[in-house]
Amino acid sequence: MPKNEKIKSVLIIGSGPIVIGQACEFDYSGSQASRSLREEGIEVTLINSNPATIMTDEVVADNIYLKSLEPDSIREIIAKHDIDAVLPTMGGQTALNLAIKCDELGIWEDNNIDIIGVDIDAIEITENREAFRNLMEEIDVPMAPQKTAKSFLEGKSVAQEFGLPLCIRSSYTLGGAGAGVVYDEKEFDNLLDAGLHASPIHEVMIDKALLGWKEYELELLRDKNDNVVIICSIENFDPMGVHTGDSITVAPAMTLADTTFQEMRNMAIKMMRSVGNFSGGCNVQFAVSPDDEEKIIAIEINPRVSRSSALASKATGYPIAKIAAKLAIGYTLDELDNQITKTTSALFEPTLDYVIVKIPRWNFNKFPGADRKLGLQMKSVGEVMGIGRSFQEALQKACQSLEIGRNGLGADGKEITDQNQILESLEFPSWDRLFHIYDAIKLGIPFNRIQEKTKIDIWFLRQIEELIKLERKIEKLSLDTIPKEVLFEAKQKGYADRQIAHLLKCLESEVYSKRDELGIQRVYKLVDTCAGEFPAQTPYYYSSFELENESEVSDKKKIVVLGSGPNRIGQGIEFDYSCVHGVLAAKEAGYETIMINCNPETVSTDFDTADKLYFEPVFWEHIYDIIRHEKPEGVIVQLGGQTALKLAEKLERYGIKIMGTSYDALDLAEDRGRFSKLLKDNNVPYPEFGVVESAEQALELSDDLGFPLLVRPSYVLGGQKMKIVINKEELEHHVVDILRDMPDNQILLDHFLGGAIEAEADAICDGENVYIIGVMQHIEPAGIHSGDSYGVLPPYNLGDLVMQQIEDITKKVAVALDTVGLINIQFAIKDDKVYVIEANPRASRTVPFIAKAYDEPYVNYATKVMLGDKKVTDFNFQPKKEGYAIKIPVFSFNKFPNVNKELGPEMKSTGEAIQFIKDLKDPFFRKIFAERNLYLSK
Amino acid sequence: MIERANAVLVLEDGTTFHGKAIGKIGKAAGELAFNTGMTGYQEVFTDPSYLGQLVTMTSPHIGNYGTAEPESESKSMQCAGIIIKKFSEVASREISDSSLQEFLEENNKVGISDVDTRALVRHIRSKGAMNAIISSVDSDSIESLSEELKNVPSMEGLELASKVSTKEAYVLPATSEESTLKVALMDFGSKSTIAKCLNERGCEVKVFPMDTALEDLLAYNPDGFMLSNGPGDPAAMTSSHQLVKEIIDTNIPVFGICMGHQLIAASQGLTTEKMHQGHRGLNHPVLNHKTGKGEITSQNHGFVVSRSSAEGNDNIEITHSHLNDNTVAGIALKDKSVFSVQYHPESSAGPHDSRYLFDDFIANMNSNKKS
Repeated sequence: MPKNEKIKSVLIIGSGPIVIGQACEFDYSGSQASRSLREEGIEVTLINSNPATIMTDEVVADNIYLKSLEPDSIREIIAKHDIDAVLPTMGGQTALNLAIKCDELGIWEDNNIDIIGVDIDAIEITENREAFRNLMEEIDVPMAPQKTAKSFLEGKSVAQEFGLPLCIRSSYTLGGAGAGVVYDEKEFDNLLDAGLHASPIHEVMIDKALLGWKEYELELLRDKNDNVVIICSIENFDPMGVHTGDSITVAPAMTLADTTFQEMRNMAIKMMRSVGNFSGGCNVQFAVSPDDEEKIIAIEINPRVSRSSALASKATGYPIAKIAAKLAIGYTLDELDNQITKTTSALFEPTLDYVIVKIPRWNFNKFPGADRKLGLQMKSVGEVMGIGRSFQEALQKACQSLEIGRNGLGADGKEITDQNQILESLEFPSWDRLFHIYDAIKLGIPFNRIQEKTKIDIWFLRQIEELIKLERKIEKLSLDTIPKEVLFEAKQKGYADRQIAHLLKCLESEVYSKRDELGIQRVYKLVDTCAGEFPAQTPYYYSSFELENESEVSDKKKIVVLGSGPNRIGQGIEFDYSCVHGVLAAKEAGYETIMINCNPETVSTDFDTADKLYFEPVFWEHIYDIIRHEKPEGVIVQLGGQTALKLAEKLERYGIKIMGTSYDALDLAEDRGRFSKLLKDNNVPYPEFGVVESAEQALELSDDLGFPLLVRPSYVLGGQKMKIVINKEELEHHVVDILRDMPDNQILLDHFLGGAIEAEADAICDGENVYIIGVMQHIEPAGIHSGDSYGVLPPYNLGDLVMQQIEDITKKVAVALDTVGLINIQFAIKDDKVYVIEANPRASRTVPFIAKAYDEPYVNYATKVMLGDKKVTDFNFQPKKEGYAIKIPVFSFNKFPNVNKELGPEMKSTGEAIQFIKDLKDPFFRKIFAERNLYLSK
Repeated sequence: MIERANAVLVLEDGTTFHGKAIGKIGKAAGELAFNTGMTGYQEVFTDPSYLGQLVTMTSPHIGNYGTAEPESESKSMQCAGIIIKKFSEVASREISDSSLQEFLEENNKVGISDVDTRALVRHIRSKGAMNAIISSVDSDSIESLSEELKNVPSMEGLELASKVSTKEAYVLPATSEESTLKVALMDFGSKSTIAKCLNERGCEVKVFPMDTALEDLLAYNPDGFMLSNGPGDPAAMTSSHQLVKEIIDTNIPVFGICMGHQLIAASQGLTTEKMHQGHRGLNHPVLNHKTGKGEITSQNHGFVVSRSSAEGNDNIEITHSHLNDNTVAGIALKDKSVFSVQYHPESSAGPHDSRYLFDDFIANMNSNKKS
């Protein structure tokens, strides 16, 4: 029997606001699951408090509840809809926890709702380390030696028995609080003491640290007939000791022989079957000893889709969440098709003829004073994936995707040569260890030393060494003398033209012309789950340098949408929301849509989203080659945040059409001098400001402007390096600081309107007509970044006079900038006068929020305007305006125990939630309004 | 990095791929085959079923963990040559005893790397299996290689098993505590793991040359017959058809794998067909019709039992089907304790999902023994 016909209406629980450790991968899985169920004619109701998600969009689900993830919200939904089953496995630990809470309250049972896709007992076993350990013992799956200690003395004797290094975890604490690896006795004593105190029952668990063991993950799917398949094997480049979310990972596993792999596979299947009876996805982590015994030890099992399953879906093309949702409603794997080939069975194990490398993206610079060492607690905020026909190519592409000012791994003149610094970094990894491994090899630090410090498998280290050997060969050549084979080899190994130019001491464009001349062209290969064994239908491509190009170009009119790259603070899921809507709107307008992005967590990189997906770095060379191949009508840069926007200049220079607002207007808005002139010409007030290029100039200018001053570099997002200074000493220090990290950048000094109120407006403009989609007023006073402020839509205490000024200015500025598409303008209001702080002619962070609050598809409309398909006057705007919607910023400070929650002009929040209130008497609003000055730093 | 010599791969239809030489410098010709497994290259290269073929590995990196003698499926490398994308000169594994380069040299085998293996697989997929030649000999021209290729026989109608079958019978003792059963293993080019799977389950195994007469087999007094895998076209092995028929008629339980499966089918008058491109990988889905469960199997075959001939025979039950193309993956004889599968339940390389079939065989032998 295929699906369970009794299930006609399913509730999916989302994962809430983005925090470190739980990001937009759950938007991807939730969206997939929802679509997958709707294909089966099932009514889908979705709850999530995160407004920036695609999953909470009417294109995805039938009924959407932007509500806090609490049992009361569930009760409210159940009262309105006849829900048959709840699927809690798509929204991370948050959704599982809520499902358990509701289960304990009897909500599911009382309402006859089945929990599908998981077994509550299974969650409990996998969360309770003691029970899990016992179960593993029962089924003969080894784990690392572990003991619990309830006193300092007990802890010491465990240490004696196991020997250092050890992992210590406090019992019953959340988010890995008090967890760590200790290498010496003093550290052990300190952490043991702290851990015993941190635990509410004063108990710690002490594990023997398997530091240096190789770490693997397997992604599994199981159906109700107990068929289990392994979708993907993932090998961690960083061995045990670094959280898997903070590790560089590679798929498929590179250094496992079949005998060891099959043993691991058998163990994983046994573990999944032992933890409970459920149909769905599951992730199992293992450690393998690097010696001749190749001992395999289970680390943990997660009976739900995860960050890794999103990665595995993108790595293999097998849509885990989509299939898991079908299995949850009763299908078996053999009844379903492989979603890529459409001709073969979903009961199979994908095989890869390429390599993927995932590299996490960190934002330590946002958290001064944070411990930057990587360990048991995840600290990264996003990730990128590179796909190539070899590990080296995938590695280089992943490095090019990171947007950390590097052109790849090496060959950019940014290596360091301080031996001690390098050795320290090799042993105690932080975000830059990969780069320092390269530096170490290049510097000639003996291979054994590098291996001893990093414990990274020699195979990976040799791959990096090969890169350096190739660079040495190229360095001896010049643009004129480089033979075709050598240039081809460099391209095959993933080197960007820019890196090669650095080695050959010439220009990037010269390398590009040279390879054009020699016929060294990118080709595109398909991700097809079967290594070419069967024809595939799904247009999911990556580039490489080989013989055959599989990407056939159609004769339809096409549009390219540039994605927003890795998630980071200041540029997150909101931009993916906009990209996905841009793609859908362009499809509606009759275009073949082409998506370019490199973030494996997102909906935009789901092969079901655009007509063609190029999983490539949002990096000039890759973009340009795709454009040359596809010849689109134009490129949309307004939706992918700063990542896409900063490519506009080059697109313009190469004569490629930018849809909507022109490059010149984009540049004008960023160029403070030109923009202020525009404001002045239009009689729009703005705070006194000046532009400086040195600390001397800054000090001089401060005499004219007067303190406090808002200091910021130009061309940044999320208020990076933005600071309010109150005296000359602070000013000098900050300017020097900016110029060190961003040499040659212009620095803007604004007179800071202390005590002002902040507001922002988003609008759509077609060059003549302007429609203001919403105005939000911040609760905190000016000085806190808009992304970190509570925002209220519509404004809660701005008078008619002020609102009129905001509307007039927004329209005036939008038209003056020749905006075609979206624009966001930030205002400061003091003494009933409205000043413009900045204008951004692109999709902002708040657009998805307003679209959700007013229940209208603004990005869709704006995209059609950009494409010239529609005018603003063509739409019948009917916003649903009831009460107020509050945007709640959400932070991840708990991941950085040494960092105080201090807010200022630089954005720190990782996510947001939405809350609707009827009126301003609402107690939640009263509370946040009363606390509005609490976190303002200075 | 060692600078490696150039090599070339020329296909029967004139298509040419250039790459780098691996293994010994020389040339090798044979039928092009591919394997999509991501692990287990050593097991593939030493599998006698690949005798005389040029094996393309689709996994992009080959050689990463070197080779280790205990993981070979036969005494030496069996395929004629290998075609890969990225060749690893570094072998990273404690128990590895040779790098893949050393292994190829020891086995006197030729290979080519840095080939767009994906383009090659797609080519075979659209054009069908064909012969090819690899050469790393400097003086060979494409024309001369194409000429040589004309003399390489087609796999269809080719009998190869006799080249790899043991010449002398030998006994492999059980490796588990109690040894209760004796199995006569007919060696058509058997992978060593087949015997291992039986040994582990308490069987003593005697491996016989494929042309051993029935009376000599019965002299061993076996509790069951294991018919192994092997290379070549089963249709060309008429004397084996007869022997297998005789074995089945003894009413002693029989278990056939791959070639053994096809020989059982042929002995019952079923026909086999050459497939367009064969099944060669570790991820092939098979449905067990008895249990309704799926299993992920290791497969390597270019011929398959015709479904219509199986369905047309009243004494044949189709026990397993391939889920991708619905080809016959397993059969049983209704009136006898005889069953066989087209795939490799011993796996190696590949998942262990189907090893229950050895338990089924043991159960058959035990129940036969009792009655």
